[in-house]
Amino acid sequence: MKRLSLSQAFWFLLRRDLLLALRNRSELANPLLFFVLVITLFPLAVGAEPNLLSRIAPGIIWVAALLASMLSLDGIFRSDFEDGTLEQMLLSAHPVPILVLAKVTAHWLVTGLPLLLVAPLLAMMLGLDEDAYGILLLTILLGTPVLSLIGSIGVALTIGLRKGGIILSLLVLPLYVPVLIFSSSAIDVAASGLPATAQLSMMMAFLFLSLSLSPVATAAALKMSMS
Amino acid sequence: MSVLLQTSDLTCVKDDRVLFEDLNLSLTAGQMLLVEGKNGSGKTSLLRILTGLNLPESGDVLWQGEPISEVGPEYYEQVNYVGHHDGIKRDLTCLENLRLVQAMGKPLPIDLDDALDKVNLYRFGDNFVATLSAGQKRRLAMARLVVTEARLWIMDEPFTSLDKASMAMFQQMFEQHLNDGGLIVMTSHHDIEMPDSDVVRLNLSE
Repeated sequence: MKRLSLSQAFWFLLRRDLLLALRNRSELANPLLFFVLVITLFPLAVGAEPNLLSRIAPGIIWVAALLASMLSLDGIFRSDFEDGTLEQMLLSAHPVPILVLAKVTAHWLVTGLPLLLVAPLLAMMLGLDEDAYGILLLTILLGTPVLSLIGSIGVALTIGLRKGGIILSLLVLPLYVPVLIFSSSAIDVAASGLPATAQLSMMMAFLFLSLSLSPVATAAALKMSMS
Repeated sequence: MSVLLQTSDLTCVKDDRVLFEDLNLSLTAGQMLLVEGKNGSGKTSLLRILTGLNLPESGDVLWQGEPISEVGPEYYEQVNYVGHHDGIKRDLTCLENLRLVQAMGKPLPIDLDDALDKVNLYRFGDNFVATLSAGQKRRLAMARLVVTEARLWIMDEPFTSLDKASMAMFQQMFEQHLNDGGLIVMTSHHDIEMPDSDVVRLNLSE
């Protein structure tokens, strides 16, 4: 029997990771709950003044999304590392970057995509200008995959360390900053009625750049961490 | 017979300690290499270097005369590694785990229920791995040998937590594999009784 084609292997691993996520639903809800909680706490802390809240809404939403994403990063490879399936993945006859991409995609589908679904609700709560809703969703759609992709490099580098948590944040957070700046700026600009094409183009560029480079870097980092 | 797996001047250094130096080995089809030695003598390191997971300080591992880093996927297709960790997911059923193993390697056309039967896990197909005992998990981990087509089996303490009957069963399986022209590299603290096979012993402590 021939071994699976590359796309078959990709889909197989993606499906497996989604199935595993479904069987650990409580972990799945963590980043989403964090995202919602942080954002609902802001009006309580800074006061429910509509003007102020709608001004800072893009920033709040994106900072919360960023932290929520970082909180869930470790889960990309942790359990596979501990039970040895990661080892087996590296020994697979398939190219490791493709397998890594499948795992990161699955991770984004369970941690990034849900943010997209609740974001409009939270934006409404913060009184974000209605014109900016579309752009908000677009920035989350373009930005959260970048967070997962960049994050996977950091996780791969730190997975072998016993206390990698702090190093991971220090490593990954500076790389998250451009995404944060361009996405909140895009929403800001859209809220004041101006086109946000420039910011969105930049984010698109980030996405394609990280999509093409990060799986290769992650695979190399994993090989290094395992030895 | 031609040499399939070979190492040339392999040296492994771990935390400034030389574990082994200038190791030259060669294995032909049907041979088994049994790596022995004290704890910490570098048995696992050697096995991981042979799989390509770890890199040696110097020297090369050759498969059919070519360094494994250059052979790439064609080498990995030929290798089945059973490590310290079982490499199976506790939240998947036995069958789901075997399907995953097949998807990552070169699958053999075998009915997966038969494969489970071969490692005495028949009827456990739909059980979650989390519910299995340590020995059963080990047997499931070893089932990867049955469901994928690989010529070289590399096993690190395969008999951990197995009972006598299972050990005998696997040794029979190993003999069969060697008779079919396969190669085995393994470490074990248990006594290996495979009188009809060509077993080469390597002691790293000496």
